[in-house]
Amino acid sequence: MVTQSVRSARGRAEVIIAATRGVGAMEEEMHTDAKIRAEIGTGCSPRGPGCSLRHFACEQNLLSRPDGSASFLQGVAEKSRERLIRNTCEAVVLGTLHPRTSITVVLQVVSDAGSLLACCLNAACMALVDAGVPMRALFCGVTCALDSDGTLVLDPTSKQEKEARAVLTFALDSVERKLLMSSTKGLYSDSELQQCLAAAQAASQHVFRFYRESLQRRYSKS
Amino acid sequence: MAAGFKTVEPLEYYRRFLKENCRPDGRELGEFRTTTVNIGSISTADGSALVKLGNTTVICGVKAEFAAPPTDAPDKGYVVPNVDLPPLCSWRFRSGPPGEEAQVASQFIADVIENSQIIQKEDLCISPGKLAWVLYCDLICLDYDGNILDACTFALLAALKNVQLPEVTINEETALAEVNLKKKSYLNIRTHPVATSFAVFDDTLLIVDPTGEEEHLATGTLTIVMDEEGKLCCLHKPGGSGLTGAKLQDCMSRAVTRHKEVKKLMDEVIKSMKPK
Repeated sequence: MVTQSVRSARGRAEVIIAATRGVGAMEEEMHTDAKIRAEIGTGCSPRGPGCSLRHFACEQNLLSRPDGSASFLQGVAEKSRERLIRNTCEAVVLGTLHPRTSITVVLQVVSDAGSLLACCLNAACMALVDAGVPMRALFCGVTCALDSDGTLVLDPTSKQEKEARAVLTFALDSVERKLLMSSTKGLYSDSELQQCLAAAQAASQHVFRFYRESLQRRYSKS
Repeated sequence: MAAGFKTVEPLEYYRRFLKENCRPDGRELGEFRTTTVNIGSISTADGSALVKLGNTTVICGVKAEFAAPPTDAPDKGYVVPNVDLPPLCSWRFRSGPPGEEAQVASQFIADVIENSQIIQKEDLCISPGKLAWVLYCDLICLDYDGNILDACTFALLAALKNVQLPEVTINEETALAEVNLKKKSYLNIRTHPVATSFAVFDDTLLIVDPTGEEEHLATGTLTIVMDEEGKLCCLHKPGGSGLTGAKLQDCMSRAVTRHKEVKKLMDEVIKSMKPK
């Protein structure tokens, strides 16, 4: 379980966000997609046309009451991941507009089918947007895996991550596609890094378009 | 007068220096502080090293003990790093359980060991499924003045190069391990990962090897760990201001030169110790 808190200042006013179901909904969609395709027997991988990211969906504002702010820190690896997400949020959130306010982001992993950190980042961003927290840019997470031949796979599944030589996760901002956060595992060369970064920047366009569409859909309904 | 201005407006004070492409301690933007290393100073540890990066001081002690290998990997040993940031090194830290900074640093060192394959864990196995070495690497910061990750990585590498493990044989009759303290051999260090840290100022300027004050004023940090073939073991950027691909390239080239400097320093120190 990954739980995480972003604090901009001391204080009690909490903006609790429906981050959690967002993560769940995303992961569940990916699983169903895979199953359906397998039954049809087309043999194609469950990825959308034109880009190699898996299909994703998002539901917002499902929880009617706050989720409780227990930030339960188990283990050093979780602490490290929390710090990555917190620092990324702090870089984009305009904290100076909300003095003496605590912004807590709680992320609950419902299912893990690979690319977990990227999914957490996307969920955190959508949740902050849903809460109406002023930000200087949106951010998205993209994971790349490099296998032993050097082939790049975007948005790897758990199996692909385990077999990969290196797994790189980037957080990119929406304004200039600059690198906000990076967390890597494994050994890779400088040119492979630049390749992955370029691929991640291209893929981030799809993620930002998805953000825009899902927000448009939500606000056009109400 | 200058001291007063520094207390009241520390960021403006720094900006005045950065405009002239230098820093208050007289260094250029791409210059590291004086690095000194002392290997093998702790006689009770199996391997040790003390690294000073300017004022930042980190000591690493490695102790080897026996353990049963993990069930899912019966031919592998363990390397367990732990970074301790005690209150004596800085006013930032309180006594008690390890704080976030220490935990993040421990995770970082564990990742570097895992990713760079600095030691082949199979080398630590004595008898598959029964006995293996576990190397406890304790890194203690004695003085915290910024850039703790670089100092820890260097201290770990130097200490591991200094570790000597005695020969162990398993007696077939008693099934007990017999340690021959007279016959010791060095560890097989396969790669030499070296960390280079940068601080991002005002979203644009990159400075190398930040001091404690500079880290506090910076808007982001970046640490690159590279081995001798130019392969990257870790690109650690925990949030903060964004960087373009071009800026990353500059950082890479600085990391390459830093690797050469550190390798040269370490080889010199080890060579000077050999006659013992």
